[in-house]
Amino acid sequence: MDYALLAEQFFNGFQLGIILFLVAAGLTLVFGIMDLVNLAHGTLYMFGAFFAATFSMVTGSMFLGMLFALPVTLVAGMLMEWSLLRTLYQRNHLDQVQVTFGLIIFFNELFLIAWGPEGAAIQLPDYLQGTTPLFGDVVVPDYRLVIITSGLLVALGLYFLVSKTRIGMLIRAGASNREMVAALGVNIKMLYTVVFGLGAALAGFAGMIITPITQAESGMGEGILILAFVVIVIGGIGSIRGAFIAAIITGLIDTLGRSFIDVAMLAVMDTEGAETAGPAISSMLIYIIMAVVLAVKPQGLFPPKGA
Amino acid sequence: MGKILSLMKTPRGIYNTILVLLCLSMPFLAPAIEQDFYRDVMLRAMIFAIATISLNLIMGYGGMISFGHAVYLGVGGYAVGILSYHGIESGWIQWSVGIIGSGLLALLFGAICLRTKGVYFIMITLAFAQMIYFLSVSIEKYGSDDGLNIDTRSNFGIEAFDLNDPMTMYYTAFVLLMACLYFSHRIVNSRFGMVIRGSMSNDDRMGSIGYPTYPYKLAAFVIAGMMAGLSGILSANFESFVSPDMMFWTTSGEMIFMAVLGGLGTIFGPLGGTMIFLILSEMLSNITEAWHLIFGPFLIVVVLFARGGVEGIIGKFEKRND
Repeated sequence: MDYALLAEQFFNGFQLGIILFLVAAGLTLVFGIMDLVNLAHGTLYMFGAFFAATFSMVTGSMFLGMLFALPVTLVAGMLMEWSLLRTLYQRNHLDQVQVTFGLIIFFNELFLIAWGPEGAAIQLPDYLQGTTPLFGDVVVPDYRLVIITSGLLVALGLYFLVSKTRIGMLIRAGASNREMVAALGVNIKMLYTVVFGLGAALAGFAGMIITPITQAESGMGEGILILAFVVIVIGGIGSIRGAFIAAIITGLIDTLGRSFIDVAMLAVMDTEGAETAGPAISSMLIYIIMAVVLAVKPQGLFPPKGA
Repeated sequence: MGKILSLMKTPRGIYNTILVLLCLSMPFLAPAIEQDFYRDVMLRAMIFAIATISLNLIMGYGGMISFGHAVYLGVGGYAVGILSYHGIESGWIQWSVGIIGSGLLALLFGAICLRTKGVYFIMITLAFAQMIYFLSVSIEKYGSDDGLNIDTRSNFGIEAFDLNDPMTMYYTAFVLLMACLYFSHRIVNSRFGMVIRGSMSNDDRMGSIGYPTYPYKLAAFVIAGMMAGLSGILSANFESFVSPDMMFWTTSGEMIFMAVLGGLGTIFGPLGGTMIFLILSEMLSNITEAWHLIFGPFLIVVVLFARGGVEGIIGKFEKRND
């Protein structure tokens, strides 16, 4: 076994887990509190990526670009909620799914026209292009460490926001009993808009920090959205803690599976069989795990209390 | 016959009759107005309508919002594609493998998904469909992303029945579409259908009056999967091509919209919705390449303001006349 490769894939998986958590946290908050199935959550991820890429180009600095893009994504999300999605709270899930599906179709096409099929990229500044030696001959790209650290910091910040502040208290109260919070005189409309904006900013942040590695392109949000669904189904809808643990597990299993399953398959079958079955099984791995979790705990690993 | 004639007196009855007559006459109508390609558009719509009808059966009558129904299209299609790749061109084998295969997959997915409710169900059906999509992308032998060309259409070994003949292909799809419409009408109005509809309006109450709704819903889910598999088989035959795209999640999303556009929980609604959707997208894409820019908002407006779809709108007109 190649330990350098294992360590590298471990960091890749952890990084995917962090990105998944940032997307899934907003999704699960919005669903837990507003009972809204928002397929267009991946669109907000795409917003973050494109806005950051564009602002980086204008300002010439990746950091400044992201700093400007974050509030813009937040406002874009709040506008989306205020103008359209607000009317969906009284509707059933089928209507919600379709309207947000319509939003995806619209924005994917709009961004395709505005930025072209090649999308937009963010140039990584020189001081982040190096690598850091960890132990032995294992090295990690600096920017990968930045992604993981900043993601963990955001997760920590979210934890404090939800568990220690007044707005967090309202969010928790809203998640367990919406009607009662409204009856106690809280401006529930405002709270919903704020929560949606928060979710949008988290997704947008995920989209922008991954763009220097990948690229911003139209339709980038849907792949991550479906993985985020898997995450919150495993973690339990409405639970941020569940989303975090499930996201890290999903990220690690998906990434490690893709690089090591064919090696493992070689032990039980010949080369040709392993080369066919390896990619097939590793592409299905997380869905199989989701099925197993559901078979054992249909509410997910961490069902939120009071739901 | 008298019963059918009396149905035609209502606006919805007239609308439904027009739909069927359009399907029946398009091979002659299209050349008459010198728009030959409309025959293919209509054939495609009829084939896809079979899948939409099957989705309506579980979604419109059973409240099971499957966001992964396109996966059974793929199973049906790939059954034809893969068997023909290995030189098995018999329609009897291809079609039975396709229909039984999609039924078995629906049984497996349904057994897991139906343990959950509401939004979980939506997300899990979507995730499982994506799993099969990624599976089809990952197998290079059968074309990966590029899909699989099918050299020859299913061969049933009957001289007079050759799917390579365009008219035979068209009317085979037409007859199967009519059969599916009739079948779904019979299911919905059977005791079995009553249980499904009952569980949609109140699952707990159905349980407490003594119906274990799980096996009923699972049976409906499997029937719908097999019907969608049939649609995939026809599609593979008509296009002579299958690709992972036919089970991509956007196809499932469009399928939901077609059923809603036509009118959920009505027998002819999915047929009308599919025809309108495919003809409209054909026309829009002729006007501009960026037709999704129009289509997205159109979808939103229909969902927000046109409750009950086309059938619902015509139905309102009906009451005013009475």
